[in-house]
Amino acid sequence: MTTLIAIIGIGIFCLLAEIMNLKKIIIPVSIVALLTLFSVNLAGELPEITGYESMIISDKFAKYFSSLFIVLTALLILMSAPSYKNSSKLSDFISIKVFMLSGAVAMVSFSNMAMFFLGIEVLSIGLYILAGSDRLNIKSNEAGMKYFLMGSFASGILLFGITMLYGATGTFDVGTLYEASISASTEFWFYIGVILITIGMLFKVAATPMHFWAPDVYEGSPTQVTAIMSTLAKVAAMASFFKLITILNSTMEHRYTEVMIVVVIATMLFGNIMALRQKKIKRVIAYSGISHTGFMLMTLLNINAAENNLLFYATSYAIAGLAAFSVILFVIKNEDNDQIENFNGLGKSNPLMAFIMTIALLSMAGIPILAGFFAKFFLLNQIITSGFIGLAIVAIINSMIAVFYYFKIVVAMYTKEPTYGKEFANHSEYYIVGIVATVLLVLIGLFPDAIMNLI
Amino acid sequence: MDISIVLIVLLVGALVTYLSGNKFASKTALISSIAAFGATIISLNAFQNGEDLDVNLPWISQLNINFALHVDGLSLVMLVLTTGLLPLIILSGFITKFENSKSIYALMLFMGFAMAGTFLASDGFLYYIFWEIALIPIYFIALNWGNGDVEERKKAILKFFIYTFAGSLFMLLAFIYLYTKGGSFDITKLYALQLTTTEKTYLFIAFFLAYAIKIPLIPFHTWQANTYSKAPAVGTMLLSGIMLKMGLYSVLRWQLPLTDEVAKAHVPYIVGISIAGVIYGAIVTLKQKNLKKFLAYSSLSHVGLIAAGLYSLTFEGFQGAVLQMLSHGIVIVGLFYVVELIYSRYNTYEIKEMGGIRIQDTYFASLFMIIMLASVALPTTFNFIGEFNLLYSLFKVNIWYAVLAGTTIILGAFYMLRMFQKVMLGGETKSFKKISKQESIVLIIVVGLTIFFGLFPQPIIDLITPSLQSILTQIK
Repeated sequence: MTTLIAIIGIGIFCLLAEIMNLKKIIIPVSIVALLTLFSVNLAGELPEITGYESMIISDKFAKYFSSLFIVLTALLILMSAPSYKNSSKLSDFISIKVFMLSGAVAMVSFSNMAMFFLGIEVLSIGLYILAGSDRLNIKSNEAGMKYFLMGSFASGILLFGITMLYGATGTFDVGTLYEASISASTEFWFYIGVILITIGMLFKVAATPMHFWAPDVYEGSPTQVTAIMSTLAKVAAMASFFKLITILNSTMEHRYTEVMIVVVIATMLFGNIMALRQKKIKRVIAYSGISHTGFMLMTLLNINAAENNLLFYATSYAIAGLAAFSVILFVIKNEDNDQIENFNGLGKSNPLMAFIMTIALLSMAGIPILAGFFAKFFLLNQIITSGFIGLAIVAIINSMIAVFYYFKIVVAMYTKEPTYGKEFANHSEYYIVGIVATVLLVLIGLFPDAIMNLI
Repeated sequence: MDISIVLIVLLVGALVTYLSGNKFASKTALISSIAAFGATIISLNAFQNGEDLDVNLPWISQLNINFALHVDGLSLVMLVLTTGLLPLIILSGFITKFENSKSIYALMLFMGFAMAGTFLASDGFLYYIFWEIALIPIYFIALNWGNGDVEERKKAILKFFIYTFAGSLFMLLAFIYLYTKGGSFDITKLYALQLTTTEKTYLFIAFFLAYAIKIPLIPFHTWQANTYSKAPAVGTMLLSGIMLKMGLYSVLRWQLPLTDEVAKAHVPYIVGISIAGVIYGAIVTLKQKNLKKFLAYSSLSHVGLIAAGLYSLTFEGFQGAVLQMLSHGIVIVGLFYVVELIYSRYNTYEIKEMGGIRIQDTYFASLFMIIMLASVALPTTFNFIGEFNLLYSLFKVNIWYAVLAGTTIILGAFYMLRMFQKVMLGGETKSFKKISKQESIVLIIVVGLTIFFGLFPQPIIDLITPSLQSILTQIK
């Protein structure tokens, strides 16, 4: 609860700062405040406030995931700073980002379905606005509109599912819902509710067959907003999906598992195969994100010991995404042209950025000793232990396919000649985020224990 | 003192090389690799005196994974091969001017680090990590500094990467499966597992995929010739001299002991595939017009014989295989260096554009001649001892294997001599600048080593025998 209040405090500060003529310090102050909050939250030194119908609980799951979200938001805000240099709406956009963080935190620490819905709506509405935030660009408008239409439809399904649960149990409280889910005398529409919620969440995490919005929205949105979607929004939705399943469907029925396996396989395959043929970097990242969703969904198949795995995968995926987006922002100065050709010769013209991109892509591809490898390893270990060997083989094959398109970018950076007169967006913020993320990827890879022993 | 010192020297060497800048990179790399070799020799000495060099540090506590390195005769011999060849390979890079040389030399040392780790690791997971890491530097070495058309090179090297990556992922599955059975990646615990025959069959296939691609055995060899010819000379040396030995070593260390009875049941098939590789390699070599591809296919043929010896599951086969790994590593580096020397003068790999070198540079021709004869396993060369043991082991399994493999050795002598004739002999056609003293160092070392160990192989045999015996008892 305290974490949430603190985040909202930071958000309100950002809103008011412009009125108080403190525009210049918005970004530094919010980043410092977020990082402080991160360390305090991680150390667990925040006083706990109870009450409010106990709509928030702060267990370990909530604590570590919200810490991850806070640090991601801080880096994302830092990364977006150059885009807002000449913008008159700085405080609005930054405060929206901070409020989105509050939504993400609510999504992992709710103990009441109303709070959950509030959280997911705060996060989504923030994203709708940001997706269309480049007002004069038709693509951005399209992205915002598309995302809003599809997203609100999914929210409707989600809400319908929650009302079904309410109808079956007469409460929004998570504890009661959990008991209802394992009791034999629950009304059957409880399960209809579970299915509807599953469909809504599959949309939010962009899993096949509810993924169609992702590539278009990713492509059309301003690049620094795409970074938020593919890192913060995705892992927040994933963590919250996981939490919902632990509450509503912890004794997963065989039929449900079967459907999930099909969804997982379809998501991985579809994302990977579509990514092979893309020419635009943002679409490649979108499709590769879909395939990573498939991997993360595998944690749902055996939820008993999977919290760690999900946290590890989400962390390594999001950090690799940050590193990649710092380079993408650096390279794609002109928002309209995000062809992979832009990366040609980056290894010669800017070896540092090329190195950061390479590490990010290698980590996503799951090459040792980077964080992404351990994420995949822990996940495979979990699903083989649960007896899904066939699924493990499918996952392995997908890892191989992924190498093709990740290496396409690497090859472009190192073997092609740079385009003449190509200019880069040389901002120190991109370097800082890129270097921090790269160091984190290597460190997590060298000391995976640091995260694996948390939950 | 423990064995991790070698790894540390190589890793620190790679870092220092990168930081020393383009001007001094080659020399720093050479010094670091010699230091690593020195550290290996000191460890070898300590091992002979009965010191315990093993390392065992907890790494990932939740999954019971340790940073565990184990030293025995076999792994030490492979380590000596790695750190011994590395200075030679770096030295042979001196004849080429590399753009951005600090990166390539750092990558070479880093690759040495990964390969040395593969030979030492006694924790399955750690072993897998080293095995995979070794792929990254060679990918970039071949991609950035390779020769030929960029588009074709990219394709060839991506194929190599995907192929080997795919194979190793199946090995990872096998390891995870073993882990779920025993709760540990430690090699002794894995050896002690009681598995059913079906499980062992699947494990055998998974391991076989990884190793058959890396070695390579037919029909998994298609990446080899293209990658060898597209990679720069140093990359080809690293690949053929050391990296493919990772596959052969792993068969001995991991695959056979873990899947004993299945391996036994499949001796005829796997030895058959290996020998088919010997024959196929030899026949395809005959047709080659490009000198690098020529060596790639002849290497395929030689490696097939080593694999046949390993899968014959006899002591002689193991012994011959290890000896042949060493001698093949030394000789192939020498041969590729010769090719590179010719390339630096003629700027071509095409055999038909060469000739008449002997009358211009007899000294070079004699050194090449000795190396070439070593490669066809003439008695008194190191290769002879290995090849003799290998053929003897095949003879013990089935006389026809030995006959088939033996005839291709004659074929091998034929294509090697013919190649030598075309490349070196004949009247003067193009002028050939005599090789300098500095350039001949690598060749002299290679020649010296082959002849020395050809006459005195006993120290190596003494070193490896105990570990080979213990592996054989594990297979029963």
